[in-house]
Amino acid sequence: MLRLDEQLVLHIKAHAVHDYPHECGGMLIGKFGDDRKEVFETFPIENAREDSRNNRILLLPKDVLRAEKYARVYKLDVVGYYHSHPNAPAVPSQYDLDHALPVWSYVIASVIDGTAVDVRSWEMREDRSQFDEEVIEQGKTIKNED
Amino acid sequence: MPIKILIPTPLRQFAGRNTEIEVEAASAGEALKKLTTEYSALRKHLYNEQDTLRNFVNVYVGDEDIRYLDGEKTPVKDGETIMIVPSIAGGSTVAEARVENELPELTSDEFARYSRHLILPEVGLEGQRKLKNARVLMIGTGGLGSPLGLYLAAAGVGTLGIIDFDVVDVPNLQRQIIHGTADIGRPKIASAADRLQDINPNTKIEAFETRLTSENALELFKDFDVIVDGTDNFPTRYLVNDASVLTGKPNVYGSIFRFEGQASVFWAEKGACYRCLYPEPPPPGLVPSCAEGGVLGVLPGIVGTIQANEVIKVILGAEGILLNRLLLFDAWRMTFQQLKLRKNPSCPICGDNPTIKELIDYEEFCGLKQPVIEEKPFEEITAVELKQILENDPDVQLIDVREPVEYNIARIPGARLIPLGEIVARQHEINAGKTTVVQCKGGVRSAKAIAALKNAGFQGRLINLVGGITAWSNDVDPTVPKY
Repeated sequence: MLRLDEQLVLHIKAHAVHDYPHECGGMLIGKFGDDRKEVFETFPIENAREDSRNNRILLLPKDVLRAEKYARVYKLDVVGYYHSHPNAPAVPSQYDLDHALPVWSYVIASVIDGTAVDVRSWEMREDRSQFDEEVIEQGKTIKNED
Repeated sequence: MPIKILIPTPLRQFAGRNTEIEVEAASAGEALKKLTTEYSALRKHLYNEQDTLRNFVNVYVGDEDIRYLDGEKTPVKDGETIMIVPSIAGGSTVAEARVENELPELTSDEFARYSRHLILPEVGLEGQRKLKNARVLMIGTGGLGSPLGLYLAAAGVGTLGIIDFDVVDVPNLQRQIIHGTADIGRPKIASAADRLQDINPNTKIEAFETRLTSENALELFKDFDVIVDGTDNFPTRYLVNDASVLTGKPNVYGSIFRFEGQASVFWAEKGACYRCLYPEPPPPGLVPSCAEGGVLGVLPGIVGTIQANEVIKVILGAEGILLNRLLLFDAWRMTFQQLKLRKNPSCPICGDNPTIKELIDYEEFCGLKQPVIEEKPFEEITAVELKQILENDPDVQLIDVREPVEYNIARIPGARLIPLGEIVARQHEINAGKTTVVQCKGGVRSAKAIAALKNAGFQGRLINLVGGITAWSNDVDPTVPKY
């Protein structure tokens, strides 16, 4: 299960619509709990692909490393990664599977004709055979303002 | 002093939940081998089946990627740190799911052959390698398949699958330019394969001499990236669509009728499919085939090249493919029109709640398997028998139900023309007191004419000429032209 608050879903949707018709992506920073992951922040990363940007994304290792280091400063973890599928469903492709790591959450935002219509989360099986959909637990982020 | 390997978060649970692990090693590769020997569950995430590092796994020694050093042979010194950092790749298309690094290299011959593509930024080296990597399945090597195949082979598509079960016949040559006069009588796939291989010996041809059926379609489709529909009938067209949807392949569609053509890219993952456009086939017989209705020879040339164009764009991952658009072309008025298509949420195969989950009987779906009407079978006669009775029996009349243009091409002596469409209205012109032999080109329309006359209450004796004027030419008088 992935705890991803409404506000963060909106961040992901906004990023996906902003970069439409190109794919966008970023890291999800938060905490691993027992049987669940919780996202505290999104960490947008520039799509490094110069071709096929409408259906391909590449986040360079140096940028992923930047996210890892950023997380470490706040004693947090990278718990997953999000990307958009312009004019395609929020379902991982074979290409996604070929490039996936286990444990992480793969959040996909489907943008059809410039509107973000769907956000779903997936986790790859440890045998790399397929993704399983993961429940997104949404809630409004409550800020303690003291 | 040992080497320290930092483990990224998603892989820690396969490494005993450690964030770092120490090993003794002299090179980066040796360090990783030791790591994955100790923690074997890590192995499949770092290495692929060929036992090389997965292309999204980046290994850093210090702050340098070993790709830019000496790869896995990069030496490591005691006290150094190795980091495993994923680069993250994703994407939404199935057609080009193969990884860029695995795209085949071009040979020097191919660099020369494709130079006009290579200097186009929209194709370029990567695009040409995608073409070489691509597997395209063409259904049919007829009017549409001819230009399609020629251009796809010339463009450098790596593997072309061709399906056909027909043999090359004289009337094909007016438009099916992949076949030549010397090929008459040969299987179309053999003739097509020779021509394609001559255009581009680098293209691998996979020929299937079979009819596409509900039994073999999924198996055939699954190994290809793009399906191209060059069929000439509705059952196969629905079969191609449904099998494409079920296997998740883009279906580059084209169809032709007399002077009019249509083209589109049906791709259920991204937009409308053929059933979103036409949920139901037209009633049987409403739309004649090319054999019945005729077709301008150059028309499939134009529509087929539009399909070839879209196939190449799908492979390249280009924007602006003919998705969710239906292109209508009229060769006689020379106009192009576009209709906007939308995915139908209640489409029976690609909608929200699909009811078709496997391939069905498409002949039945298209109404071509209607129960045989229980009526007395009508009499038949062969061409040779007809010649005899025409010579000996003055009470026999011959009615030709073809179209006037066909009558002008060839006729059986003594035949009177009443086209099928007028036969009921003009039945009084037929003397019911005589025996009437009804004739067309091949025997199908004349059978329909007899059925129509009987239904309309015509009382005279009606006999169908089996094989029509074609049989007459074959068996009685070879000077009568066949068309």
